[in-house]
Parts: sequence; structure tokens; C-alpha cells
Amino acid sequence: MKRDLPASAVRTGAVGAALPHDSAHLHVAGAATYIDDIPELAGTLHIAVGMSTVARGRLVAMQLDRVRAAAGVVAVLGHADIPGEKCIGPVKHDEPVFAIDRVEYIGQPLFAVVATSLEAARRAARLAQVTYEEEPPILDYDDAIRANSHVLPPLTLVTGDAKAAIAAAPYRLSNRLLMGGQEQFYLEGQIAYACPREDGQMLVYSSTQHPTETQFTVAHVLGVAPSQVVVECRRMGGAFGGKETQAAYFAAVAALAAAKLKRAVKFRADRDDDFMLTGKRHEFRADYEVGFDASGRILGLEMTLASRCGWSADLSGSVNDRAVMHVSNAYHLANVTIRSLRLKTNQQSANAFRGFGGPQGILAGEHVIDDIARHLKLDPLAVRKANFYSADPSSPRAMTHYGMRVEDNVILELVTELEASSEYARRRAAVDQWNAREPLIKRGLALTPVMFGISFTASFLNQAGALLHVYHDGSVMINHAATEMGQGVYTKVAQVVAEEFGLQVRQVRITATDTSKVPNTSPTAASSGADLNGKAAQAAAREIKARLAAFCASTHGFDAATVEFRDGRVMAGAWERPWEEVVRAAYMARVSLSSTGFYSVPKVGFDPATLKGRPFYYFAYGAAVSEVAIDILTGESRLLRVDVLHDVGRSLNPAIDRGQVEGGFVQGMGWLTSEELVWDAHGRLRTHAPSTYKIPVSSDVPEAFKVSLWERGENVEDSIFRSKAVGEPPLMLASSVFLAIRDAVAAARGGVPALDAPATPERILLACSAGPAA
Amino acid sequence: MFPQNKQLYTKLIMSDPCMKFLLNGEPVSVTDLPPTLSLLQYLRQNCALPGTKEGCAEGDCGACTVTVADIDADGRIRHRAVNACIQFMPALHGKAVTTVEGVAVGGVPHPVQQAMVDCHASQCGFCTPGFVMSLYADFRAHAPREVTRQEVDSLLAGNLCRCTGYRPIADAARQALAVPRSPAESARDEAHEKALRTLARGCGELVLDGAAGKWFTPKTEASLARCLAAHPDARIIAGLTDVGLWATKQLRTFPKLVLVSEIDSLHRVAASGGRLDIGAAVTWSEAMPHLLRHWPEMQEHLLRFASPPVRNSATVGGNVANGSPIGDSMPAFIALGAEVVLRSLSGERTMPLEAFYLAYQQTARADGEYVAAIRVPLPARSQRFRVYKVSKRFDQDISALCAGFMVKVERGVVVEARIAFGGMAATPKRATRAEQALLGRTLDEAAMQVAQEALDGDFQPISDMRSSAAYRRQVARNLVKRFFLEVAPAGEHATALRLADLEVLP
Repeated sequence: MKRDLPASAVRTGAVGAALPHDSAHLHVAGAATYIDDIPELAGTLHIAVGMSTVARGRLVAMQLDRVRAAAGVVAVLGHADIPGEKCIGPVKHDEPVFAIDRVEYIGQPLFAVVATSLEAARRAARLAQVTYEEEPPILDYDDAIRANSHVLPPLTLVTGDAKAAIAAAPYRLSNRLLMGGQEQFYLEGQIAYACPREDGQMLVYSSTQHPTETQFTVAHVLGVAPSQVVVECRRMGGAFGGKETQAAYFAAVAALAAAKLKRAVKFRADRDDDFMLTGKRHEFRADYEVGFDASGRILGLEMTLASRCGWSADLSGSVNDRAVMHVSNAYHLANVTIRSLRLKTNQQSANAFRGFGGPQGILAGEHVIDDIARHLKLDPLAVRKANFYSADPSSPRAMTHYGMRVEDNVILELVTELEASSEYARRRAAVDQWNAREPLIKRGLALTPVMFGISFTASFLNQAGALLHVYHDGSVMINHAATEMGQGVYTKVAQVVAEEFGLQVRQVRITATDTSKVPNTSPTAASSGADLNGKAAQAAAREIKARLAAFCASTHGFDAATVEFRDGRVMAGAWERPWEEVVRAAYMARVSLSSTGFYSVPKVGFDPATLKGRPFYYFAYGAAVSEVAIDILTGESRLLRVDVLHDVGRSLNPAIDRGQVEGGFVQGMGWLTSEELVWDAHGRLRTHAPSTYKIPVSSDVPEAFKVSLWERGENVEDSIFRSKAVGEPPLMLASSVFLAIRDAVAAARGGVPALDAPATPERILLACSAGPAA
Repeated sequence: MFPQNKQLYTKLIMSDPCMKFLLNGEPVSVTDLPPTLSLLQYLRQNCALPGTKEGCAEGDCGACTVTVADIDADGRIRHRAVNACIQFMPALHGKAVTTVEGVAVGGVPHPVQQAMVDCHASQCGFCTPGFVMSLYADFRAHAPREVTRQEVDSLLAGNLCRCTGYRPIADAARQALAVPRSPAESARDEAHEKALRTLARGCGELVLDGAAGKWFTPKTEASLARCLAAHPDARIIAGLTDVGLWATKQLRTFPKLVLVSEIDSLHRVAASGGRLDIGAAVTWSEAMPHLLRHWPEMQEHLLRFASPPVRNSATVGGNVANGSPIGDSMPAFIALGAEVVLRSLSGERTMPLEAFYLAYQQTARADGEYVAAIRVPLPARSQRFRVYKVSKRFDQDISALCAGFMVKVERGVVVEARIAFGGMAATPKRATRAEQALLGRTLDEAAMQVAQEALDGDFQPISDMRSSAAYRRQVARNLVKRFFLEVAPAGEHATALRLADLEVLP
């Protein structure tokens, strides 16, 4: 895949170095400032919200006198106190900030208590007496379908003739897979700190992936122009999609109180409240019928992908679209019909979570493949290979079911390399031998690929801006649209700037994302942060370089095109000067040393009504082999070994990229194993804290965790230094854990196991206990 | 305690109206202390030390981990990682707290911090101070030493990271814990230890009596008994790993709190007269080596019991006295025939542990009484014992169910059977039908089946977020099978019995 790169993509310095995270030295010292660590202004007040205890019904009356009278309470705010828009939401404005006349989930905010301490606010919020006229909640898929309860109307993607292809196929099967949701469980809970400024302006420190949307939401709720509002975010203590839309709520309520009371107000959600208030990964149900041939090649597929979207639309449209597009994963589907049901249920509003529908689509697709293999008694890996997209872009088998031609397919090459390095064939035989011998502990093995589309499917979001200052002593400040949530985007963008100027990364000061520095930002999501903002920062740097080169050229009489910036020096032929000296001279000559940069992703365009077009600029590829064991007496499982080969293109920072691959994998593993969200029959979430909701710990991760970045990886598109996005794709490598568990269950009972996700001990035991199926 | 009895105590032992402790080596006196103010709140709000984070406020995520040093009953200084979010400030009277801001030596990052940077072990960084402090506590107590990945996993079982996938943190741990202590750090540690001893010598029984509530830290059992006689409504606390979150989560208030963990006589562990007496205030970390000496079968169970920061605070007496139906110690203790020792001003009584539990969260402890010790009969040669825990996650999870099995086999037949379950009823409870079914039988397949069938009549478990009733029933039966397979292998020839013992296939 390696080829000669255009000069614009050649790097000589900071880019590609395994530098530590820019804040690592602060993290370990407890010196990195999160929002709750900002010294509070005098008189700062705190917020807790009162929440609905009923999942669906009419709000009859709220008796709040005891709340108002409680110690420390300064104000109690409800929908009547909102001067601007009473409903918010990223696409449809269908979420009342405070319930108006109906409640739609247990946890829905009814009112906010503003008090002198967080404890006082929390205590007071519990004193409300609320009367409801209860209605039976809609929680289940079938209940929602029967009630015609949708957050967005059903949508169907059709390519070819699935029905006819299935009817004509030599083999057919149908099945259902349930996939649970997942709480983001960012370690830093949702938080915003609103500080009123003069003349009706508002500064909000928000732990947000989307400062612009947060800014606009605050402005809409306050009824002021967005130019009155500044949102700043230096870093988040994790986000994973959970702070893409949900952060705006906390900012809006804090700002509402701050505007009303003319005091600084902080809204930090207690962990349990955070679980109860905010959305999670969508739960999905996939029902499908597939027709295939003797090699396992899919001839036709009909699938209904239903998701429980919760009480409001949020980003459920885009999430479900991505699920529909990723059912194919790395496989060609010639005849396919996928029906997408975005069901409205009386639960927290499901929202963005790393992968954004991709994981559910990919797992559904992989489940189809696994079914076919078990039906035909073939190794699932052989069936996967039989279905891969063609590596030849001109082949009809390189066309996705959503009408995008795959021009960068490396999946067979990558899988073949992993198959060899992980010794898949030999271990397959060893696992089978073990299972023939051992009655209680069964092992399972699975190799699964990932092919993940990179770009926002809402094409307009594929843009970014940057602001670059060079101060006249030569020091550099970069600001851009991306937010830092641990993924290292600040570090990567600083590396790009350092590379462009030929400086050390430590000479580049990274500053907090701020809507008054770079406007109209897209969310830091869809794995796009470094791709978009690296390019925007590069554009800004190149603008300044061009000015400096022109200045040097005019001063010294050589061609500006010959000027290079390297090793802290500016040079042209035999002439060279230290960077600082050139900058200083340019300043004295009144050359502008500040520039914005802008980037817009080329080629993409997508019609969300038909789900057809080119939604993605390129694909990221990877594959993983997982070996697991299950205990058939208890259903408990253990991951024993993982081998990962992942394509990050030409890595901007291999240490950060490896961290994303490992962390994404483990997060995906949690989704598919121990992380179980349980709502009771009333619609109350019963798993709302780490005591009851179990994300992976160190012992869940095997010592044999072999992660390699694919050395031959390179982006065929003109991405930033030919790197590839890495935030989300690795999460889906964990499909291998789920399918390895399914493999072990199959060893315990034969046939095609009925195992839903997450594969908790209970589900595994149940799947083992059921008699062999067809 | 508290105003009316204060005179009495001051006659016996010095009492302090003001809470004193060392914070990063510096002595601090705190007055007007609300008794349930958490160490975390105090650090963040009162001291402008925001490095210690709140991730969950219930001791489950580890972001608030700090180290606490104090002097044990034998005069040795012990260093422990604890969760600051659920430690009430007065419980730290006379102790030394170190936070993430206090580990660097003379401005130079500590080896633990440096290794975390070098290994790329932080991403979002929010959990990082907690990991640093868990590792620092171990470094402080044991460095330099070589540790295995498995040891690192156990050490870090109480720290959640959502970003990294743990591999780099484990690498950092193994790297850092092997680094020899620098002379500068040793000198600092010595100075801190000296200051701690000076402080502790000057600390007596803490008595707080403010508007926000009353607090008493007795130093002797006599003092405790008198206090409870006068204030039977006082809440007895020790490690605070449960009561702490009643405050942070349920916002419960406690008019009177009595801390029992500063009483030396409740810290004794003694094996004599065919039994092991474990003082009620012995922490789980301290109890572990004693328990494992006599019952090595508990190894896996004890490692899965809560997490290191919780085990470092939580006490044996607290787990037993709390009476939770899902407490992890009771099934094992009941199976072993343990008794609970209750004391009060009027004397001492003992009762079988299973008799201590009357109903959901209701025990036989009378007003004025406290749990003084757990008394466990030492193993007989004829005894076969196992304890099993089943949960969604291997480490630091609450049991879906937990089972202790003990049979005594003489001349080939079962002469005594004690089987106890947690998570299967409103209290920890014996499986009396299953026990009866085993008596007089040889440990064979037929005995296993009758025990399994009898077990169905012993419990009517409930469904909740941890598992369904059906699962609990099925697994309870299957654990009978596991017990038989482990203690009387016959029939199926399984060489692999437990996931935890598995290795990767070569």
C-alpha cells in the first residue's frame, strides 16, 4: 500500500513521534484543571434538579414550598422562569428543559434548586411533592411498535432485491439479536459553571464535546444572541459521546440560574443523578433473514434494526443511519433491505456513544456471518473471507449497499496478516481439542474485522477552524475547534503545528477550546477531531509560513518557494536564521503573525432520506482475535488473549493511537460482557452507579493483549499527514470477544446458540442450558 | 460521650474537642467540624487541593484515592490506600493523609508519577490521581519489589479507568514499584513518620458536639460500652465503607456517631483453643493473611471481596454487623460454624452467626451492645470447605449469590454439613434442607443430586438488577456440583475447574 507521498504529506519532525499526552505531567500530579477544580468566584451557588419518579404521564401538580423553605435554598426554577426557548435538543427541539405538562421518563428534570451548597441543593430537591396522572410506560420494542411510538419515522434502505435473492438462495436462516445499551461512564460527571459578565453576557465553563451547540443552547434558553455567550472547555474527564449533546443541558440550566440570580452558578451532577438524567448507547434489536450459498456467501439480507431511543430524538437519526450503513461491516451486500425503526420509549434519551450506531450495526452483521458459519459448519473466518468487499475498486463487489464505492479496501490483506501473527489456525485446533476434553470450562475463539466509515454523515459538520498566534518572541499559541477528552487531539494538533514550523512541540502552547476564539465548531465526535482540526491548524500555520517566507524573500532577495522551516530555523539555500529572529524581524516589519485556518472535507455528500451517497471520506480498518473461556456452571467468562492489528494510516502519534486502540477495545468488551443496564417494569433504571453498573477493571484485561498498529497502513485520501482517525473504530474490535463467547457456548451445547448482548454470566448460562438448536 | 458524659471520659483518658491530623506532612487542626464532612469534600472545598477527584462518591471508582497512615495496635505504622469520598473527617483524627499533591519529592515527580507519564498511562486524566495514590500506597509500604500483572490487577481492583484499557497503567505499576526509594524520599518519609508519632501520642478520644451532630471516638472497650449504654441510639461505625455512602447518596443524617476502630482490643486476631478470634475492628486487609493461613480455600474469594481501598477500611465486624443479605463474609463464616461475640456494659454473649440475622437488615444485636469479635472454629482434618462468589464482574462486584460449603466426612460419610448462601434470601441463610440431605451419605453423584434437589426448597430468591431468581436457583444448584467436583472428584474428569486458574493455550 505504501507509495510515494506528495510533498505536502512528508514529515520530518514532531509528527509521528510517540510523545506523551500534553497534559500527562499534570494528570499524574493532580494539577490538570477540570471544571470542578476551577477556584470558585465568591458567592457561587450550586444546582440540583428534581426528577420525575414516573416514566409516563401527566404532570398534575408540583408542591415546592418545602423545597423553597429548605436550608440554603436561594431559588427554585421551573419552565416558567425560562426567558427564551423552553425546549432544547440538537436536531428536534423536543426536550423541555423542565417538564411542562407531561413527564416521559423516570429522571426527567422537573425543576432546579439553586442553593448555597451542593448538599443543600440535593437535600432540598428531594422535598418536592409531585402529583402525576400515570400512564403505562412504553419500554419494550414491541410495545413501542404496536403503539406506533417513534422519535423519527421509519426509514428503509433498499439495494437490489433482497426478497427474491433470499427466495432463490440455496440456504436460508433467520434469527434475532438483542443488544444492550451502555452508559458512557466518563469518570468526570456532567458539569457546567456559569459566570455572568457585564451587559448580559455569559461565560460558561462546560465539560462539552460540542462548545458551539452548548453556546447556542445557552443562548436560546436565555433568549439572547449566541454572541453574548462564551463557552470554554480546556479538557473533559472523559466523554465518549456522552458530552456531545448532553452537556448542553447542564450548561443551559447553570446559565439560566446565573442570569436570573446574577451570581456564578455551578451544576455538577452526582453520579447517580448523571445516570438517571442522561442518555446512553442505544439498545438495538436486529431481526433478519439471510439467504446464502454453500461457501457462506450472502446472497440476500432482510433486516429490521429497531432501537430504543428513549423519550426524545437527540441524535437518534444519525446513530441509526450509521447502524444501517455498518451492518455490512467489511462485507459486500448485493441485495439488501434494512428497515430502521427509531422507537420512542419512556427511558433516558439514548445518545451518542463512541461508535455511534456502528457497533450495533457491525455486531448485527457479524452475527449474521456467525450464524451462516454455524449453519454450514464452516469456520466463521472462512465465511468472512468469502464475503469481504473486493479490493479492486472497479469491481461490483466494491460497492456498498449505501452506494459508496470502497476505494481503500485493505481488509483481506490486514486479516491475513493477523491470522498468521495470531496463529489463528493452530489455536483454533487447540481450542477444539480442549473443548472435546473439558466438560466444565469451554473455550472460544473468534477473529472479527472492523471497517468503519470516517466522516460525519451529516455532511455539513465535516469542517473545522483554527486560530494560530505567533507572538513576536517566537512563541506559538494554537487554538482549534476540537475538544480534549483524553483522546490526545490537542497533542496531535500541536504536533502538526510544530511540524509545520519546524519547532519542538513544547514550544507550541495549546489553549482551551473557546467559542470566542474559533466559532461555529463541529462537535468533537465521529473520530474526526485530529483529521479536521489538524488540517485547519495546518492551514493556519501554512498561511503564517507563507507570510514569513514572503517577508524573508523580499528582504533577502530569494524565492519564497525555497524557504524551509526546520529544526527551529528558517532557511533558504545557504541563508538561515533562528526562528525567533525571523519572527521578531517580521513583527518589526509589521507582518501579521496571527492567522485562522479552515478545513472542509472534500468528496463527501449523503442523502439521509434514502441513506445513499458518499457519507465517508475513507474507511478505517482493523481486526482482532479473542480467546475466551466460560464456566458452564455459572456462566462467568474470562478473556484470555487478544491479538489486534489496526490501521491508523501513518500514525500522527503511535503512543496515543495505541492507547485509543486498547482503550476502545476494552470499552467495547465492557459493552458486550459486564456492562448491563437494567430498567424495571416501571421504567426505573436500576443500575445507576458503579456499584451496580460494572465497567471493566484491570483484571478483565488479559496480560496477553497484543496490539499492533498496521505498519503498511496509509490513507489513500489526503488526510492530515496520511493518518487515519482512531477514536471509534477500535471499539468494534470487541465483537471478537462476544463471538468468541458464542463460540464457547456452541462448544458447550452444539448448534447455533441464542446469546444476546451483553454476555453476562446469566445470559451465557441461559444460552448454555438451552438445548441445541438447528 | 457527648456533653453529659464527657466528664466521665476525661477522667480515664484525655479527650480532644478538636480534630487533628497530618495533611501531606503538615499538622492541621480542624474545629467546628460537621461529623459527616467527607475527607474528599474537606480537601477540595476547604484546602484548595483539587487533585483528589470525585467520580462516584460511593467508594467504587477510586478517583478519590488517598493514602492514610496510622499506628497499629503493635506500634507499627501502616500505610493504606483509602477512598476519601466515604471517609468522614473525624475518623482521621491522629492519622496522616497524603494526597496526590503530596507525593512528589522536592518538586521532582515521584517514580509512580514518572512511570505513569512514561508509559502513556493517562488519557483523560481524571482517574489518574487515584491510580497514582493506589500505587503510591503500595510503593510506600513495599517498594522496591517486583510484581506480576496479577498482583497489579489485585492492587488496582478499586480503581476504574474508562480510557486506557489498563495495559499502560499495569506497565507503569510494574515499572514504578521496582524503583528503589530515593534518599530524599526516605528522609521525607522519616520526618513524616516522626511527626505522625508525635501527633498520635497527643491524640485522645475525640469528642465532637456540634449543631451538625455528635461524634465520639472511644479508645477502650470500657469507654465504648459506657457510651453505648448512655446512647443506645448512636450509630456504630468503623470503616465507613457502607455508612459513608448512606451520607453521600441517601443524604442520611446521623445525630450520634461512635467510631470503634481506634480501640486496640478490637484489633486483635488470635488463634487459640481451637478457634480463631478476629476482633471486630480488624480490617479485611489485615484479616486476609490470618484467614488464608487456616483456610487457603478462601484465596480467590478474599481477592474478589470488595477492592483494596475498601478492604483497607472495611472491618470484619462491620461486614458481619451490617447484616446485608449480600455481604460476602457471612456465607463462609456460617459454613465454618462461626459465632459472633457481642459485648455491652452488662457483659458478653455469643451466638451462632446465622442466629444473629433476624430479618432484612435486622440483627439480634441489642441496644447497648456492640459486635466485639467473630469466632471461627479452626479447621478439623475431616473438614472440606469451599466458598464461591458469582457476580457480573470478577473483581469488586457485589455478589449475585455467594455460597459457603463445609462438610465433615468421617469413615467415608458426611457427619456434619453446613451450607450457607448470600443473595438467596433477605439475610445470609443456611440451606438446612440441603444440609440434612447430605448427612450420613458418601460424597457421590447421588448425594450431589439429593442435595441439589433439597436446595430448591431452601430458598425463594428474588430477581433484581444483579440477576434473576431463576439464575440464582440454577447457579445455587450448580455450585453444589462444583463443590462436589472440587472436594470429591468423580464422574466427569475435568482438569479445569475455575476460570481464574486458566492459562492461555500455548
